[in-house]
Amino acid sequence: MADPSTQLLEEVASRDYEWGFVTDVEQETIPPGLNEDVVRLISAKKGEPEWMTEWRLKAYRHWLEMKEPEWANIHYEPIDYDSISYFSAPKRDEDRPQSLDEVDPEILRTYEKLGIPLVEQQMLAGVAVDAVFDSVSVATTFKAKLSEMGIIFCSMSEAIKNHPELVKKYLGSVVPRGDNFFAALNAAVFSDGSFVYVPKGVRCPMELSTYFRINAMNTGQFERTLIVAEEGSYVSYLEGCTAPMRDENQLHAAVVELVALDDAQIKYSTVQNWYPGDPKTGKGGIYNFVTKRGLCAGRNSKISWSQVETGSAITWKYPSCILKGDHSTGEFYSVAVTKGRQQADTGTKMIHVGKNTKSVIVSKGISAGHGQNTYRGQVKILKSADNARNFSQCDSMLIGDQCGAHTFPYIDVQSPTAKMEHEATTSKIGEDQIFYCKSRGLDEETAVSMIVNGFCKEVFKELPMEFAVEAQKLLEISLEGSVG
Amino acid sequence: MLLKIENLHASVEGTEILKGVDLTVNPGEVHAIMGPNGSGKSTLAQILAGREEYEVTEGRVTYQDHDLLDMDPEERAQEGVFLAFQYPVEIPGVSNTYFLKAALNAIRKHRGEPEVDAMDFLALVREKMKLVKMDESLLKRPVNEGFSGGEKKRNEIFHMAVLDPTLAILDETDSGLDIDALKIVAEGVNSLRDGKRGFLLITHYQRLLDYIVPDTVHVLVDGKIIQSGGPELAKELEDKGYAWAEDELAAASV
Repeated sequence: MADPSTQLLEEVASRDYEWGFVTDVEQETIPPGLNEDVVRLISAKKGEPEWMTEWRLKAYRHWLEMKEPEWANIHYEPIDYDSISYFSAPKRDEDRPQSLDEVDPEILRTYEKLGIPLVEQQMLAGVAVDAVFDSVSVATTFKAKLSEMGIIFCSMSEAIKNHPELVKKYLGSVVPRGDNFFAALNAAVFSDGSFVYVPKGVRCPMELSTYFRINAMNTGQFERTLIVAEEGSYVSYLEGCTAPMRDENQLHAAVVELVALDDAQIKYSTVQNWYPGDPKTGKGGIYNFVTKRGLCAGRNSKISWSQVETGSAITWKYPSCILKGDHSTGEFYSVAVTKGRQQADTGTKMIHVGKNTKSVIVSKGISAGHGQNTYRGQVKILKSADNARNFSQCDSMLIGDQCGAHTFPYIDVQSPTAKMEHEATTSKIGEDQIFYCKSRGLDEETAVSMIVNGFCKEVFKELPMEFAVEAQKLLEISLEGSVG
Repeated sequence: MLLKIENLHASVEGTEILKGVDLTVNPGEVHAIMGPNGSGKSTLAQILAGREEYEVTEGRVTYQDHDLLDMDPEERAQEGVFLAFQYPVEIPGVSNTYFLKAALNAIRKHRGEPEVDAMDFLALVREKMKLVKMDESLLKRPVNEGFSGGEKKRNEIFHMAVLDPTLAILDETDSGLDIDALKIVAEGVNSLRDGKRGFLLITHYQRLLDYIVPDTVHVLVDGKIIQSGGPELAKELEDKGYAWAEDELAAASV
């Protein structure tokens, strides 16, 4: 006799979903595999309105007709989409580690080095905790303050329920369902993410983060985020976590959409340290395939992407900007580290549509061990984009003799009044540089850190302060022992 | 006693290069080591600085009262040993000033002295720059990046002036320099002779020793010091060649 909760699930899965919530369905993990019923089930579990379920289904049907892209300079075992479970409930308390003693000491060592407080360490490690934390009430306090200003900052799931007009208006407006293979998959099965809306003229007074980094753990592998900044507003959003994040799910295909109206500014910063896989074989690491795009819809609008990517077995992402509004600006600052057997194929696309638009690209790739780092950037200047300006700088740093750095810049200029500047450098840190530093009294850690920071400083200065400090520490830890 | 090398034997990749070197440097003394190619001059310098590629198979090196070979390279530097490299490397992204300040503070920290602040450091740097006629623009550049050969060598002496070592080892500092650059480097070194600091000059040609007059000249041939003498020994070597020194040695042992 099947247990009651499984029965309930089967019932829900087999009938036409109707309007309304399915409350208190017991947490279960759906068996692996993807079909329309699974999509409906996900939607049902989240209590979504019909229009949302339809949106997902359309995306799923589109996905079935698409082919996985193969052009990236990365190699991975083919993904079996039928073996992925597309909805997994948060872990039960009994299954979690009961204290930090049960957590991998390597992970704890990293938390310490990053200066993460004990309470956060427990939460990050998934330790079952009973007490109510300051962190929870902090979140509540912030939310109250923000809502006073008319700022909406909530989960995607909440936004679909509570702000459907906004979601309907903007979801998929920057990354349509059919945009690419992984975006289509995400649109069908996205689990959760952040929704941010900043009303006209409001400057968001604090850095918004997926608090708050802890919650991010449960948003799962198909995260969907939407940020809308109305006329004259400003918001700075931080995504990610310096702490090493493990997950049984190997594929992470997120979608992030940003919309900036006239005179608005969105700053989106990411620090990513997903589990990179076994340093010798690369097995078990996370595949970070993400579609991130910003639309500078309004005149004078500005979107800046800053990222520090040190984790994942494979990083495949191109945070991009569509510069539609006249006088709009797109920026991309990135540090991508590959070590062990990591691979990265990352970069940006800047599409200049409006007049007098400007884009800045600063990409720093650091390769160590057997890491392979590829920068792929596209700057496209359409006929309509009079006086477009672009500055691109792609620098690669190689540590040791076994790694690789590759650059594929694509420049497509269709306007005779465009101005482009492109610079690229390659440098190497080897034993000799480290020895030189040592001979002057600096130890190895300080030497590597100094050299790497010097290399990355242009990017770090774009990150919000606390993130910048963490990012620097993270880089030091990532590169420990990579020389010699 | 500043530095005492006793019966030092060293190999690299199984080949013995140093075959029993003995040398003592006292405070304030300037010793020059001359020798033909392959004699082991650079090997000696690198071992004193702490390069790991070389294996010390026998002997001892004492610096003040420490066992030098037992110390990590950065420790040696923190204790006041300075090596001016024959081929200084470039350090991209790190400005000369930033690098020096970090080094100076690492050394001061080791000595239990307070870190130098930005203003004082700048004043110190300006003063020392004059010693090697260094251009201020080279301060802001990444260490040695795009520096000419002469600029790199002068930068080494500049670093030495700022870091104020107790024992300075100059590894073929004169190689690749024209006369003018040589004079500047020599003046820089001479200005740092204060009667307490010891110098070990490793040089191929005698020319440098016209400008930096040593107290003692040692001739290193085939991994051993075969002759030591006053500054005039350098002149004799230049006139008669290293083969002469080897003959002298052979004759003396008969």
